[in-house]
Amino acid sequence: MGIKITAAKKPRSRGTGLPGFGLTLGLSMTYMALLIFIPLSALILYSARIGPREFWVLISDERVMAAFKISFLSAFIAALFNFIFGLVIAWVLTRYTFPGKRIIDALIDLPFAIPTAVAGIALAFIFSPNGIMGVFLKNFGLELAYSRKGIVLALVFIGLPFVVRTVQPVIQELDKELEEAAASLGADFYQIFGRVIFPSLFPALLTGFALAFARGLGEYGSIIFISSNQPYHTEIVPLLIVKKLLQFDYRGASVIGVTMLVCAFVLLLLINFLEAFAARGKSR
Amino acid sequence: MIVPAINKEPRWIKPVLLFLALVFLAVFIFIPLFTIFHQALGSGLKVYFKNLMEPDIFAAIKLTLVVALVCVPVNTFFGILLAWVVTKFEFKGKNILITLIEVPFAISPVIAGLLFIFLFGSFGWFGQWLIAHHLKVVFALPGIFLATAFVTFPFVARELIPLMQELGRDDEEAAMTLGAKGFQIFFRITLPNIKWGLIYGVVLTNARSMGEFGAVAVVSGLIRGVTTTMPLYIDILYNEYRYAAAFGVASLLTLLALATLIVKTIVEHFNSVRKI
Repeated sequence: MGIKITAAKKPRSRGTGLPGFGLTLGLSMTYMALLIFIPLSALILYSARIGPREFWVLISDERVMAAFKISFLSAFIAALFNFIFGLVIAWVLTRYTFPGKRIIDALIDLPFAIPTAVAGIALAFIFSPNGIMGVFLKNFGLELAYSRKGIVLALVFIGLPFVVRTVQPVIQELDKELEEAAASLGADFYQIFGRVIFPSLFPALLTGFALAFARGLGEYGSIIFISSNQPYHTEIVPLLIVKKLLQFDYRGASVIGVTMLVCAFVLLLLINFLEAFAARGKSR
Repeated sequence: MIVPAINKEPRWIKPVLLFLALVFLAVFIFIPLFTIFHQALGSGLKVYFKNLMEPDIFAAIKLTLVVALVCVPVNTFFGILLAWVVTKFEFKGKNILITLIEVPFAISPVIAGLLFIFLFGSFGWFGQWLIAHHLKVVFALPGIFLATAFVTFPFVARELIPLMQELGRDDEEAAMTLGAKGFQIFFRITLPNIKWGLIYGVVLTNARSMGEFGAVAVVSGLIRGVTTTMPLYIDILYNEYRYAAAFGVASLLTLLALATLIVKTIVEHFNSVRKI
């Protein structure tokens, strides 16, 4: 890997004469190599030994494709929910004052901080047909737990802070003079929102959306509790990997794993690009 | 009366948005929080503690603490090293390195566990060697340590890098011209400046290493009383319909999450005070 080569060549450090360059770079590179790069290459090389034809047979399997479809679709719908509600919550928390605001602001990060298994059993319990929300929603003919809707529900919970936390600082820094100028020129609220506010929030919203989507794609803990985990119906990709491992189907697991890795890297690149785009969009 | 131009917002918007936000937060934050503690403590404190003192559950709590005790210091140490090298020096490939730090966050926890199966499992790179030497990594404690270290790796570095970038290196360079040595510079100049960010990074690392489920589930092998951490045991208890016990364990992890949020709020307070 490129990193290791630069580490071995001991590149010159420019700008400062501060001590510890070689030592800190060497040690942290070694640690990252041992913990991250070598394990990653083990998986990639294992799946590379599987020929392209067999790779295709394994990945195009009907059950695998169904799981991919469910994972991508659920993550997308959940990220869309968060796009909307994340904006509403970020707006309410930055523009309005109301009692309990600071506590709510602190609690927004709960999905980040709470273990996924805890979130999983709590949501499954609440939305099960006998749970508080389940009983309430049954009156409207809605059953969320143990279905595809349950997966989306868990992912909305998991992804919420991503959108709120990326959009909040941008709302805070919105230039109020622009809004006032637009208002003094006779624009009504909808025009101001549509032409001034929303366009400046959009890059951040998109970043939050992508972060929530990426996280949703990989989420495992909270979903398996609230979904019925049925093949073709509510089986997500991470769960399928675990099941394949339990059946000692290592080839199948590695093929799905590598495909997920590629998706994750593409998303990481996209998010980096979006963040750079959002940073440029800010008039700083 | 002069109305500020900004108040063109129609009257209905504030109450509607506030209502929407609060309903959403009630469903996703407040009701789950209430449910966890209600179910855990519903049958009284005595039952609560009796559940937690059950030998296998107690073993799970102990194992979780041991995992954190191993992973948090190691990741803190290397997180500081990484942040130091990335913010104090200029070198080729630095930006790639900063991006690569985030890799464990981009990867599904299940894949993180999978990586170590393919490295140390019986068919993996070191599998046969490990079997020949009667060593076990996967389905044993070392695997749990590795998987946890993997998923919690970025936290400290990610908290410190933006903070140290903002602080710059003038203070350190000044100390150096005055004759301070490496560790003196770090402990006297850098550490006091990054104290709060570091504390938050460590707290996040700790919370995640105690709460990780997917990655640990893959490498654990689920041997009761031996390789089941608290989150894994929640799964077992829940599937056995032992809701009070499951939520009892969950309540401990929830307290940890709430403590994390409190630390975060404090850290943000101190950081904003310092900036002013």
